[in-house]
Amino acid sequence: MNLSEQRPEHKISIRGLSDREFFYGHKACPGCGGSLALRLALKVLGERSYAVVPAGCMSAVGFIFPQMAFGCNAIISTFPGTASMLSGIAAGARALGIEDFHAVGFAGDGGTADIGLQALSGAIDRHDKIIYICYDNEAYMNTGVQKSGLTPSGARTTTSPAGKRLRGAVTRKKPMFEIVAAHGIDYAATASVGHPLDYLRKLEHARTVEGTSYLHVFAPCPVGWGHETAETIAVAKNAVDCGLWYLAAYEDGKFVLNHNPGEFGSIRDYLFGQNRFRHLQEQDVSDIEAQRDAKWARIRREWSV
Amino acid sequence: MSCPVRNRSFIPPVALGDYPVGTAFPAGHLVDTNAAWRSIRPVIEATACSNCLICWLLCPDGVIQRHDRGALQIDYDYCKGCGICARECRQKAISMENEGNYGK
Amino acid sequence: MESETKAFLSGNEAVARAVRLARPHVIAAYPITPQTTVIERLAEMVEEESLKSEYLHVESEHSALSACIGSSAVGARTFTATSSQGLLYMAECLHYASGGRFPIVMMNANRSVALPWNIYGDQRDSLSLLDCGWIQVYAEDAQESLDLVLQAYAIAEHPEVLTPMMINLDGFVITHTYELVNVPGQREIDLFLPPFNTTNKMDFDSPRSLAFTAGPAYNQAFKQLQHLAMVKASKVIGDVEERFGRLVGRNYPGLIETLYCEDAEYIIVTLGSVAGTIRPVIEKLRSGGERVGLVRIRYMRPFPDAEIRRALAGAAAVGVLEKDISFGFEGTVFTNVSSALMRAQVVPPRLLNFVGGLGGKDISAADIELIFKRLKKSEPGETVEFI
Repeated sequence: MNLSEQRPEHKISIRGLSDREFFYGHKACPGCGGSLALRLALKVLGERSYAVVPAGCMSAVGFIFPQMAFGCNAIISTFPGTASMLSGIAAGARALGIEDFHAVGFAGDGGTADIGLQALSGAIDRHDKIIYICYDNEAYMNTGVQKSGLTPSGARTTTSPAGKRLRGAVTRKKPMFEIVAAHGIDYAATASVGHPLDYLRKLEHARTVEGTSYLHVFAPCPVGWGHETAETIAVAKNAVDCGLWYLAAYEDGKFVLNHNPGEFGSIRDYLFGQNRFRHLQEQDVSDIEAQRDAKWARIRREWSV
Repeated sequence: MSCPVRNRSFIPPVALGDYPVGTAFPAGHLVDTNAAWRSIRPVIEATACSNCLICWLLCPDGVIQRHDRGALQIDYDYCKGCGICARECRQKAISMENEGNYGK
Repeated sequence: MESETKAFLSGNEAVARAVRLARPHVIAAYPITPQTTVIERLAEMVEEESLKSEYLHVESEHSALSACIGSSAVGARTFTATSSQGLLYMAECLHYASGGRFPIVMMNANRSVALPWNIYGDQRDSLSLLDCGWIQVYAEDAQESLDLVLQAYAIAEHPEVLTPMMINLDGFVITHTYELVNVPGQREIDLFLPPFNTTNKMDFDSPRSLAFTAGPAYNQAFKQLQHLAMVKASKVIGDVEERFGRLVGRNYPGLIETLYCEDAEYIIVTLGSVAGTIRPVIEKLRSGGERVGLVRIRYMRPFPDAEIRRALAGAAAVGVLEKDISFGFEGTVFTNVSSALMRAQVVPPRLLNFVGGLGGKDISAADIELIFKRLKKSEPGETVEFI
């Protein structure tokens, strides 16, 4: 099943998307993957959205008094509390009789997988009608590229430097998609700014979910990853092609793989195209390949392909 | 409002009474531009453009404006010159040119 | 008033009754002893549909207040409750709510803060957070607790105040002790508390950005406005009490309550339920001809500096009795009282600080008599005495 055949009810036409811009004039770095993820999400979700953005890149660049880059209602949440603030907004609006709206959060690594994980877990547990979008740039970028729970093995960050003894991050990405799925969440999906139509389809589906949705969007960061600003989309696509990221969905207790690469693209090309991996040695690359292979063996065995 | 707009007549608050109550302010209120960030700018060659809208879709800043008829236009007040549009254009219809050629 | 009923309630149950009358849209709270029975009663009311609120089972106190901020940010009236460890867990959210000018009402069960672990009442939790920008009031009994919850919404939601408010009940002593309480009728309270209406919210008719960043050029002005709103609250509190008195029939004396201060030589200043222990001692001593008096501070923020000066101006000796200590210096209430006196050079000849009741340690009538004896003695001694 290829990408364009899935979910015919959510067939996306680029021309059919709204012209309206709800995230404009912001101060994100040139080529920022996260800002694209946010911009596209609000295009799909529309003006009746309450956007909740915790401490992180997107809030830092979008709400600097008197420059307000969000064209729809938006609020900065407490750092750990994106999901609980979303729950509060949904409950408050419900109690006030406000209908036909989206409560959508845009959190980065920290706001999702680390400091924000507890609140996210609670919101899923309550099945609150919210959409939680994690823009994954694989480190705490806003504070200057420190290691996060979503930093991949071997990546150099300011708190996991690449030196003689340790060569970048020694831990693996927290499997956030699987973690929220293990909660029995109503709908979860992984996405990438390198596969925008797939992302847009998943946003369209999240609109309709009567419960909690989680979208995990792979969003390259030129500054933190060390690649050209123009390459953001290509890097994101390469990550999926070489199997270091995957496009999948979880709903009704079932995992579905949306994109199954026939032969993987070059992991070496992907890694050495970014400064944060340039220090890796052959053994490191082999280890990363082995991790990828093990993961994909399990995916292909256990998920619907 | 279809897009946040620049408020050219904005006067920064001075007296306490000029400030909003709470931390609440109208959405989509812009005061300054991002043009000065650029050293190169995208230029669309209209005759080569197939109007596929991929550049419009993928601009992280949303500065490419589409019209039903006619060429795509770029809001150079807010373009940061990242080059994604030129890189992703299938027709190679966008070139990144030296900002210095365009004066201020 | 006609539709008022009498009920035998604990302080926590009285708070729950008041919350129901106030008709909040959203309740979000996490259980912690000795607050639990408030949110348990509220859950029962929601289940039986005598209270139509959204009830969120949040997974922590930080999430409780974050959720309330979210609800308030769309224009909903909210309620939460907590105590000690929980109050401190949500500490950043306290600043967030006050800086964002969200008029959330919270009941705090005053309880000692670990370490050591202790579930009993002292006031270290809320007194260590006087600077967070919340209006703080301290109740003496269940009736006052009930009435304060109702008044709190009127004060907090007032357009010139728009500041969240914390109602403090001594842990176990008020929260779990039963007394006969007058519960106002819904009709009176609907007249007293109109629906919450604000422009400080996200709104589809007028989209806004909330809880934004303000840099060095602008930040201080926002904080100054917050301070001025809290100062303004002093006047609003008086107006609200006056309206409450007319509609419900019970009157409250403002930011402080005084007993016999007009002629007292020796005055104890304190907060909360311990005033109930002090009153009979005062009556006993006065019947023996001693000119003693009491100041019960109700509102610690905004601080009633003018009222304190007026009450203590004629005293020969003043003792501030409090259930907290700012380690390395003195009790916080003492610091506040001293500052209020110093700034107008109203200084009684002797000003002493008595720290007691920590971790629920009992304060007896005998302890109170001992304090009055200390006030009468003329030898110098330690300013801070643990009783």
